[in-house]
Amino acid sequence: MRLRALGVVVGALIASGAAAAAGPPNAADLEAELVCPVCETTLDQSTAPVAQRMKSFIRLRIAAGDTEQQIKDALVDEFGPGVLATPPKSGFGLLAWLLPLVVLLAGALAVGLLIRSWSRGRATAEDSQPLDPQLERLVDDELARFDG
Amino acid sequence: MAHRAKLVAQGVAVGLVALLFVLLAWTLLTEEGGDLAAAAARGERPQAPDFTLERLDEEGEITLSSLEGKAVVLNVWASWCIPCKEEAPFLEQVWQQNRSRGVVVVGLDAKDFRSDARRFVERFGLTFPIVYDGPGASLGGYGVTGFPETFVIDREGKVVEAFAGAVNAKEDRARLRAALERALTS
Repeated sequence: MRLRALGVVVGALIASGAAAAAGPPNAADLEAELVCPVCETTLDQSTAPVAQRMKSFIRLRIAAGDTEQQIKDALVDEFGPGVLATPPKSGFGLLAWLLPLVVLLAGALAVGLLIRSWSRGRATAEDSQPLDPQLERLVDDELARFDG
Repeated sequence: MAHRAKLVAQGVAVGLVALLFVLLAWTLLTEEGGDLAAAAARGERPQAPDFTLERLDEEGEITLSSLEGKAVVLNVWASWCIPCKEEAPFLEQVWQQNRSRGVVVVGLDAKDFRSDARRFVERFGLTFPIVYDGPGASLGGYGVTGFPETFVIDREGKVVEAFAGAVNAKEDRARLRAALERALTS
């Protein structure tokens, strides 16, 4: 019964998400994802004339029923891929998404290996180090005193 | 083992730093254009960076080097740029007065919407060739930092004079005409 209720809630959430995704794009979201080609900040932070023009273009295209992707494609056609604040998740742009992950994983692996080799090296160094004969004698004497 | 791992880590770190230095040096060495206007002002004639761009006024493309043998007035503009509006009629005049003498005025519209640029061309009755560079990829080579900028290029494709800002003042216009004469006689 509980599982069924959970299923209903999850289903409703997915449906509402899909409905939101299918709705008209949000101008503010798009302005945060597109870059002014003159000042090279996102449109929402730019007051440059070309940025104002791009903002009005976005609103016009939303009113005309364009999807977010169609609007982005139109702006890329005019200003090139540099107008996207984030690189595309395909082709060469995919490298920009994957490379940090690869570097992070490689770094974590390197740190792990280093820690392992350091701890092993220290353990073996401590184990194999011969005790100073004078110190050994002192320890033996002390132990003998305790035993006695 | 620990020593070897440490050495490898140090090697990687040094390699990364070296790579960053190489990238920095490469960027500095390949960055052209920053000194183009200064070189022209010193009386040198630096080579104008070549480009091939789509035309806005008609079908096709223009390659700058294909205009060798002619003097070129290259004007970088955008429809949203107010000083560009002020100098546009003067550039049209230069084109009309000198086209029969082997002068080509080329308008390079950059960082602009094509539709806006076409409206601008129509509004100011510009009849000289207009090329379009939406991303502004060709501007770096010329060291363009603002709009408008104008370059007078001689028959051999070398920059004779560069103008940052609109060519509106009487003395600037006289300077452009004088540069054009020098470009034609090279």
